[in-house]
Amino acid sequence: MSTSDYDPACLPDLLPIYYRRLFFPFSQYYRWLSYGGVSKNYFQNREFSFTLKDDIYVRYQSFTSQNELENEMQKMVPNKIDIGAVYSHRPSQHNAVKSGTFQALEKELVFDIDMTDYDDVRCCCSAADICSKCWTLMNIAIRILDRALREDFGFHHLLWVYLGRRGVHCWVCDDAARKLSVAARSAVAEYLSLVKGGEETVRKVVLSDPIHPFIKLPLFLLVILSVVERYFQQYTIVDQDILGSKESVDKVLALLPEDIKKDLAVSYKDEKDPMKQWDQLCDLVERKKSNSRKGGQYFDKEIMLQYCYPRLDVNVSKGVNHLLKSPFSVHPKTGRISVPIDLKELNTFDPFEVPTISLICEELERPRADEAEEDDKKDKENEQEAGERHRIRDYKRTSLAKYVKVFDWFLEAMARSRKGEMLKKSDLQMDF
Amino acid sequence: MQFSGRRKKLIGNFQNDLYDQCLQFYGQPPLENISLTEFETFAVERLKLLKTVENVGVSCVKNSEQYTKKLDAEISSLNFPHRGGISEYEKRRKDHISHFILRLAYCQTEDLRRWFIQQEMDLFRYRFNCLHSKHKTDFLHKNNLKYETVSAEEKKNLKDKLIASSYGLSGTKVEEHDVYKVPFQDALDLVRTRKVYLLAGNAYIPHHEIVTIVLNDFRTRLSKALAMTARSLPAVQSDERLQPLLSHLSHAYVGQDYSIQKNIGKISLEQIDALSGKSFPLCMRHLHKALRENHHLRHGGRMQYGLFLKGIGLTLEQALQFWRSEFVKGKVDADKFDKAYAYSVRHMFGKEGKRTDYTPYSCMKVILSNPPSQGDYHGCPFRHSDPELLKQKLQNYKVSPSGINQVCPTTSTHLTRFSTVCVKGFLKLNLVEDAGFSLNHPNQYFTESQKFLSGGRDIKKEVDMSQRSQENPASVTHPSQANSKQAHEEMGDLDSFFQDE
Repeated sequence: MSTSDYDPACLPDLLPIYYRRLFFPFSQYYRWLSYGGVSKNYFQNREFSFTLKDDIYVRYQSFTSQNELENEMQKMVPNKIDIGAVYSHRPSQHNAVKSGTFQALEKELVFDIDMTDYDDVRCCCSAADICSKCWTLMNIAIRILDRALREDFGFHHLLWVYLGRRGVHCWVCDDAARKLSVAARSAVAEYLSLVKGGEETVRKVVLSDPIHPFIKLPLFLLVILSVVERYFQQYTIVDQDILGSKESVDKVLALLPEDIKKDLAVSYKDEKDPMKQWDQLCDLVERKKSNSRKGGQYFDKEIMLQYCYPRLDVNVSKGVNHLLKSPFSVHPKTGRISVPIDLKELNTFDPFEVPTISLICEELERPRADEAEEDDKKDKENEQEAGERHRIRDYKRTSLAKYVKVFDWFLEAMARSRKGEMLKKSDLQMDF
Repeated sequence: MQFSGRRKKLIGNFQNDLYDQCLQFYGQPPLENISLTEFETFAVERLKLLKTVENVGVSCVKNSEQYTKKLDAEISSLNFPHRGGISEYEKRRKDHISHFILRLAYCQTEDLRRWFIQQEMDLFRYRFNCLHSKHKTDFLHKNNLKYETVSAEEKKNLKDKLIASSYGLSGTKVEEHDVYKVPFQDALDLVRTRKVYLLAGNAYIPHHEIVTIVLNDFRTRLSKALAMTARSLPAVQSDERLQPLLSHLSHAYVGQDYSIQKNIGKISLEQIDALSGKSFPLCMRHLHKALRENHHLRHGGRMQYGLFLKGIGLTLEQALQFWRSEFVKGKVDADKFDKAYAYSVRHMFGKEGKRTDYTPYSCMKVILSNPPSQGDYHGCPFRHSDPELLKQKLQNYKVSPSGINQVCPTTSTHLTRFSTVCVKGFLKLNLVEDAGFSLNHPNQYFTESQKFLSGGRDIKKEVDMSQRSQENPASVTHPSQANSKQAHEEMGDLDSFFQDE
């Protein structure tokens, strides 16, 4: 699938097709943001923002129905769509509301992982580029965060989205998540952050706590390290080759205390195999730890985390009214659709296989006989109107189909869970 | 709180019951009459106490010996309830009433509320921790704080995980004492710092950590109460006896916020480069340099630096021109600047959106919130920079080696000393011993520095022979009004010695 076909100059021509021929899965999108209609006006009070042609940015867009959303998007043909919070009133009418009463009430808990935040620890690419080597970082980040959000925080409905170039988002859609306060969001983000510091900080991960030295690693770290360790050797030592050049070795050594640095400098003169070099490093750290009376000093673990642990932008997660790029947006530079990621197939997810808008428009033109038959059968069971039937067929004929399916599963899981909640509630209310 | 002439007869027993506990949640307002004198005295003394709480919290590690000693002393001297005792009735009554009076003074704005809640929480935490374990449990019961406890069986299953997650928790402690299970939203401080075992959205809190949960509760209640108080404030303020006192209380102890710039339009854009070398604190100098070099700053940097510039007197038009001229040298064309970045500059000046006129960040805000990450240049260099890089930077700014050693914080420097260290930088740069101010705001640094350089204050000069290779600028001793111009010129020579290249 050659995606070198995508030319950003064509975007204005392709977008109308994308929105009209219903690649954009409007009905699922509406289903998602209505959350089963449990809260009144949840969809109607949701803020959207559009970035239009010539970089015109409009906020406080809101829609009263799926139809209105479709019509407006097809009319305005936004280059970029952002989703904001659910407010106390319809965002499009916010100026008419008495000042101070228009407030953001709820929003999904979101996380943003951007590959540029790892630039100081990846040598294969920098800035906007990614490759299959550094994609491993995303793999690790998704695994660690997904596990923590589910097991530690008890969230169930997570939508992971690949943004089309160098980042992923996580949308935590549980009821409880959407109701979190700013302080709670910030606390969750802090809990998940281990890599701290900007340009000026060399040692970004510090595991030892001078006030409360720990004898052995706390539980949450053991869990994290078990994931990181699975990838570390192959990704960091081999792919990123962090011990391969003097420059990169120096970067690693900069994270170590003087005495270990000196000893390593000596032993690295003879030992050139990076795997063995890493082992030597770990041995020295271990030896120093067992000789030290202070609490554990885990320099080797710190290095592993500095090179691999997820780096979040806490500011994205904190705000209830923060606007975030919508799933199924098109990335203007690469043309790729922001698609949901199926975590069951995470190991085989290839960001370079994600379809571009030009690809799917192209695929649309190709007749696919076998698919058409299957869909005809389904249509007979389907109670929707002819137009929509036709439209559903459209995206199913393209590479976008499998990603929309992931979205469908996600929605079905939420629906099942809502049903379960309602049954529980009605059980409790029965007076026997 | 009632200020009418209604007289309530308090029965002796009732009095004793009312104040039978050393510590309280301030759930019920006091119902009695007091004299205006008492009203004023109580309020002022509590304010002194809270101010001490703030200062002590900033200069010592919380709950350290030093902290405890200082706070103990202040609480005793101001006659507030201490570690429980028999004849504490009067003190507890004062505690109760003074708290409610200060609510009136501190409920009016977001900033005041935040300050008040923070100090009351710190005070509460301190007093709760002083309580004996039994009294702690009594307190929970008395105040109907029913936190769900974990069953013995569940405790057994989770014992290893609990021990591995909470500091200072042993197997016996888990068995003997209660472990509480609360939704993680109620234990944010412990979650944020990873000091607690989390499972499926619940935090498992050992008994000795319960104060954090109680504090959370305290904060929530106080926050709600303040909001309610604010609504009924107009009625109270109409009482002329009280209005002046309340207004005096709320203005007296919160520092200047630099939101009303006295010098609007007095700074020209051409001066900024020179000013950054002379009068900007290190953080702003750093940001200015990064902006000049990269022709760009990320959001955190734009906010911190942009608001600072507003605070020193830049007008909106100047600010727009400043940012645009710099960004345009980089990757952003004028059009894009107008579309994307101009909005945020106007926003800073309160011309967009909520129209809040944002105030420049204080040192505490810079140090404690929004730490910089990769690609950022904001924050406090004394807090956020690597010591080695900081040293290098100071060398580049031509601070002498002895100066650098004094200025660079060691790893044991307490978080809140960074403002003090920044001032040391000022001292070393300007070769004085005593700055005459204690720093808590970058704009304060600027104002003080400008004052100093224009000879508006008495200064004690430090003679550092190694630095004075040129003329003798040391003749400036006590510049008076008449000599200020001369002093300024001599200062100029010294300054150029310290300019960036």
